Amino acid sequence: MQTLDMAEVTLREVNSKLQAQKASTNQQTWEIVNPRGSHAIACGLDGPIEVTVLGSTGYYCGGMNKDATVHIMGSAGPGVAENMMSGKVVIEGDASQYAGATGNGGLLVIKGNASSRCGISMKGIDIVVHGNIGHMSAFMAQSGNLVVLGNAGDALGDSLYEARLFVRGEVKSLGADCIEKEMRPEHLAILADLLSQADADARPEEFRRYGSARQLYNFNIDNASAY
Amino acid sequence: MSDNPVDVPRTAPQKSATFSDAINAEIRRAAATGIYDIRGGGAKRKVPHFDDLLFLGASMSRYPLEGYREKCETKVVLGTRHAKKPIELDIPITIAGMSFGALSGPAKEALGRGATAAGTSTTTGDGGMTEEERGHSDKLVYQYLPSRYGMNPDDLRRADAIEIVVGQGAKPGGGGMLLGQKITDRVAEMRNLPKGIDQRSACRHPDWTGPDDLEIKILELREITNWEKPIYIKVGGARPYFDTTLAIKAGADVVVLDGMQGGTAATQDVFIEHVGQPTLACIRPAVQALQDLGMHREVQLVVSGGIRTGADVAKALALGADAVAIGTAALIALGDNNPRWEAEYNELGTTAGAYDDWHEGRDPAGITTQDPDLMARLDPVSAGRCLSNYLKVMTLEAQTIARACGKNHVHNLEPEDLCALTVEAAAMSGVPLAGTDWVPGRERY
Ligand SMILES: Cc1cc2nc3c(=O)[nH]c(=O)nc-3n(C[C@H](O)[C@H](O)[C@H](O)COP(=O)(O)O)c2cc1C
Repeated sequence: MQTLDMAEVTLREVNSKLQAQKASTNQQTWEIVNPRGSHAIACGLDGPIEVTVLGSTGYYCGGMNKDATVHIMGSAGPGVAENMMSGKVVIEGDASQYAGATGNGGLLVIKGNASSRCGISMKGIDIVVHGNIGHMSAFMAQSGNLVVLGNAGDALGDSLYEARLFVRGEVKSLGADCIEKEMRPEHLAILADLLSQADADARPEEFRRYGSARQLYNFNIDNASAY
Repeated sequence: MSDNPVDVPRTAPQKSATFSDAINAEIRRAAATGIYDIRGGGAKRKVPHFDDLLFLGASMSRYPLEGYREKCETKVVLGTRHAKKPIELDIPITIAGMSFGALSGPAKEALGRGATAAGTSTTTGDGGMTEEERGHSDKLVYQYLPSRYGMNPDDLRRADAIEIVVGQGAKPGGGGMLLGQKITDRVAEMRNLPKGIDQRSACRHPDWTGPDDLEIKILELREITNWEKPIYIKVGGARPYFDTTLAIKAGADVVVLDGMQGGTAATQDVFIEHVGQPTLACIRPAVQALQDLGMHREVQLVVSGGIRTGADVAKALALGADAVAIGTAALIALGDNNPRWEAEYNELGTTAGAYDDWHEGRDPAGITTQDPDLMARLDPVSAGRCLSNYLKVMTLEAQTIARACGKNHVHNLEPEDLCALTVEAAAMSGVPLAGTDWVPGRERY
């Protein structure tokens, strides 16, 4: 294992080391100590390496990740794993706003709670939150799955497209064009798989599914108050 | 006495200036359809513009340069503040960001070919980067928009610069809308959305809200791209002094400032015509902000919105811009609104020069469409050639003016080379009204 101590090396050095590890690297496991809440740690990674951050991170940790696994032992600041393409980001603590924003693929696991706008504009990423999520989560979510073991705040799934939302606890309110939908066997299978990948102690049957009513897909004046 | 009513003088019928034919037609259209007018293009109303400025030329106190023989440079370097690899352009005119989806693949290719032949850059748009434009653009600026359609780190790394779009002149504070008609399989796939549905592009970025977190976003983008790429911030002409100040504070290498005449692919008419300041009014406050921070020329300023001729280019540069960008004019050079399609424009209920329903995807010129038959009308090679011709003409025109003012680089043009024809233009551009030494509103600068 390679160790990078952010008390001694700069962010640029940390990221350029990690970004240089491509598919064939022999140096597959990395540890970052003293992250001290720095922003943009381990962003733009592009290979199947495992990075463990011993502490909490600032904005955009794991941003645009491809293939790598990033494990944050503390909490994560805003925009963790934003626009992730593939790979996995796991947060032991809580995540701030916009976790997984616009993510295209891969899996984001938040063991604690996530703040507002979790999964905003998500485009294929899977997100599993063990705790609760804040308001306006999955706003304009396009595709992918958002799984919440706890409760969801106000306006869940506002203006969403084809993303699937699964919530075990209570939903404070649904946003425009978001409705509860029937849980079919294929959804239970997706849930079972994501729960096991995220080490989540819950059964698929305990969840409810929400998705788009598809009423705002093409402009209609009679829906004007919803726009 | 005659009882023929024709002989009695009557009040002539008079139409209301307030309730004009156009306004009344719009009221009737709104009443019949229940939807606001969406269209492409920029503001059509007349606002003070570069036409209201004139160059003074050389005279007793300054001598001109000889046309053709004495050099007048046009090179521009963008991104010198932080980027390891700044962009070098042969001419101070760039192609503005226009989305694939709004424009066809061949139109994007033509823009790339034309810009490359003229030694300048082109820009992606909402909807991501296509092979057509990457392949044919020697220098390609990759837009980072609120929708993040198609955004990915590989395209980020193969771009030559990154442009973070905060706003557009046509709609400062507005998002985008691509109507279902234009969402073909390819467009839908690039945007990760179902085919045939209206695609709303958000008006705010999903993962930052103000200049403080934009600064961190820029750090992230630089980290992902090894600090190589110039980072532009594009703003609409809203509060140019403060917007420029905050863009510099957030770490921009280049500020792109788009005035209200700037084109759009599709926006509500009410937005295009009623929100934002004219291009002419935006430049001086932005330059002032750069100067107040000691950043003029170190952070470059690119101005767009209604640039049509080499004279416009020269005037924008004289007011302090480093370069300009063109959207609408580039499309016209490719063949947009060409009278040769008049019969088809008539069938669409319009006429060449007025066609602006770009969002409907039925463009006779084959530019703002995804229809395979219409698209095939545009030959990217000859259209690209037309664009490069036009860019070269504009450059020659700007050089002609610069030489006449005695400048050996177009960047040496200055406000002192200008006068204004109207009080409004004098106030907005901070140059004296012709025949006077009066600059209205100067105390405010
Ligand atoms: C068809 C079309 C599509 C456009 N798409 C975008 C876009 O995707 N992103 C953007 O920032 N600006 C977009 N714009 C605005 C241009 O980048 C530019 O600001 C404007 O066209 C400049 O004004 P001009 O048209 O008067 O030259 C678009 C403009 C047009 C005409």
